[in-house]
Amino acid sequence: MSAREGTTPAPAPRPHRLGAVRTVLASLALALALVATMMPVIASDTMALGLLAFPLLAAMVLAAVIVLAPYRLCLLRGPRAAGLLAAVSYAMAFVLISLIAAHPGQAGSGFWALVVVAWAIAWLSVEEMAGLKPRQPLWGRAIALAIPLTFGAWLLILWQVLVVGFAVPKVLLPPPSDIWVRLIASPEVLWADFRQTFLKGVLIGYALGCGAGFLVAILVDRVPFLRRGLLPIGNLVSALPIIGVAPIMVMWFGFDWPSKAAVVVIMTFFPMLVNTVTGLAAADRMQLDLMHTYAANYPQTLLKMRLPMAMPFVFNALKINSTLALIGAIVAEFFGTPIVGMGFRISTEVGRMNIDMVWASIAVAALAGSLFYGLVTLAERAVTFWHPSVRR
Amino acid sequence: MTGPERSVIDIENLSLTFETNDGPVHALSDIDLSIGEGDFVSLIGPSGCGKTTLLRVIADLEAPTGGTISVNGMSPEEARLKRAYGYVFQAAALYPWRTIADNIALPLEIMGFAKGEREERIRRNMELVNLSGFERKYPWQLSGGMQQRASIARALSFDPDLLLMDEPFGALDEIVRDHLNEQLLKLWAKTRKTVVFVTHSIPEAVFLSTRIVVLCPRPGRIYDVIESDLPRERTLDIRETPEFLKIAHRVREGLRAGHSYDD
Repeated sequence: MSAREGTTPAPAPRPHRLGAVRTVLASLALALALVATMMPVIASDTMALGLLAFPLLAAMVLAAVIVLAPYRLCLLRGPRAAGLLAAVSYAMAFVLISLIAAHPGQAGSGFWALVVVAWAIAWLSVEEMAGLKPRQPLWGRAIALAIPLTFGAWLLILWQVLVVGFAVPKVLLPPPSDIWVRLIASPEVLWADFRQTFLKGVLIGYALGCGAGFLVAILVDRVPFLRRGLLPIGNLVSALPIIGVAPIMVMWFGFDWPSKAAVVVIMTFFPMLVNTVTGLAAADRMQLDLMHTYAANYPQTLLKMRLPMAMPFVFNALKINSTLALIGAIVAEFFGTPIVGMGFRISTEVGRMNIDMVWASIAVAALAGSLFYGLVTLAERAVTFWHPSVRR
Repeated sequence: MTGPERSVIDIENLSLTFETNDGPVHALSDIDLSIGEGDFVSLIGPSGCGKTTLLRVIADLEAPTGGTISVNGMSPEEARLKRAYGYVFQAAALYPWRTIADNIALPLEIMGFAKGEREERIRRNMELVNLSGFERKYPWQLSGGMQQRASIARALSFDPDLLLMDEPFGALDEIVRDHLNEQLLKLWAKTRKTVVFVTHSIPEAVFLSTRIVVLCPRPGRIYDVIESDLPRERTLDIRETPEFLKIAHRVREGLRAGHSYDD
């Protein structure tokens, strides 16, 4: 769906027409909605219940047809179409999820047909949103946010109905609802894990590793023999397998967070070193000549020209490292830790078959990692606003 | 030849040979040139004739391998450390993270001017190149001609007596170039700087200069030095006059003769 966002043609002065994708999707959804009325929604060995047994779902199907028919005939369009389609798709998803929760593993062909209908309507709503050209920038922002959110929400919705509908064993894959229940039921544990792993191991290791990489890069750039001596060693350190290093770090720095921070330092040091060295070499001849004609000294050239010029490279490393650091800290906890931490939680709860807790920890880690990455990206935009890839 | 003025640049018997893997390259050989205070001297020649190299030697961006050169009576290095000249490159080379005003302030910051003095000089030099009102813009928001004007203002901001310009308008279209040439002449008349100007455009060289130095390649050397008898106050119309065309003709002849054995 996202791949098509950019290519959706603007419905400019010509008479309004749906594109090929939207035509097919809308027709398919309409046809399936009508066919579903004749298929069993809930089926088991002993019974088969049709759509009329579930008045709320029947009402939803009616609503879907009422929205889809004029949409297919091009009578409904623009923001109103996007809003109505989104509302119908989410309402249908909600009803379908509640329905299957009451009859796990008993989904009939009608049920799956209606899932496809709801999903097709959601796709259409995204297509419509992507085609909108709102005049207020605030609306533009909201739409830019709504599109990936819809995408993510439908990933979860499909996960939920598939896992419950086919009664997948919870040890293999719990439905998102179970993970959510676990998430809100154990905030103390998750918070303690987060504080131990993220606020201590990841952040401190990240700051030390990136800081050291940055400073050594400046040193390497200044002293030519270090470039030949230190860069290969840095390269070697980065090639060390984290699985091998982590237990040694635990032996050196103990069970608590310092050993995890040490692993993170090892993982983040080299990307920062290499990127900063490359960035410092990015200044072209003319820029250096210019500073030379001003008789600028080394610190002036570094601070006023070469470091600002290296910033896109430095932020590249900061972004790479934001995800590397989290991986490093979590994996390092597999090799000895006090009884707290995300990695500890994941490894012990897997052993106890508490898969929903594992997923809750993964969810926290994913959220923290995304937010961390997002914050670094925001900082990057503020600092390198002048770079062609950022400026507007 | 330089008249009564004090000479700013004295070059005697200067040569520069680059050692390359394919053997030595004689970029400059036997250069004798004296540039007086307030002169506008153009160095013109085909590519590879060493005109840019000569300018870079004056600026202490290249070291000569033979002969002597003095700038303001000092070695080029001393002159550079004393910030005797402003250098304008082929590209504007403005920093994209600095506004136009901050770009012009760059040499002032490096040279330790006080904040109040910096602001006064920014204002004065932006006015000089007709960029007032664009202080808060970033370089990438300006046209190529405006960027190059900003880089001239930057070179003038610390008020050097000598302005070295290396094909500053080479990348601009002809209409913009004509306009900037006219502005540059006005600026020269107003500031009384000594200008050394590298170009490969004959009309540009003749229009701007009090003296035109024609160089030829392999080895890079001076072929002809042409004193211009055009009045100092000029407009673009002067390019249609017989006097102008006569000088342009002599420059062209010099370029052709110096180049002839090549092809």
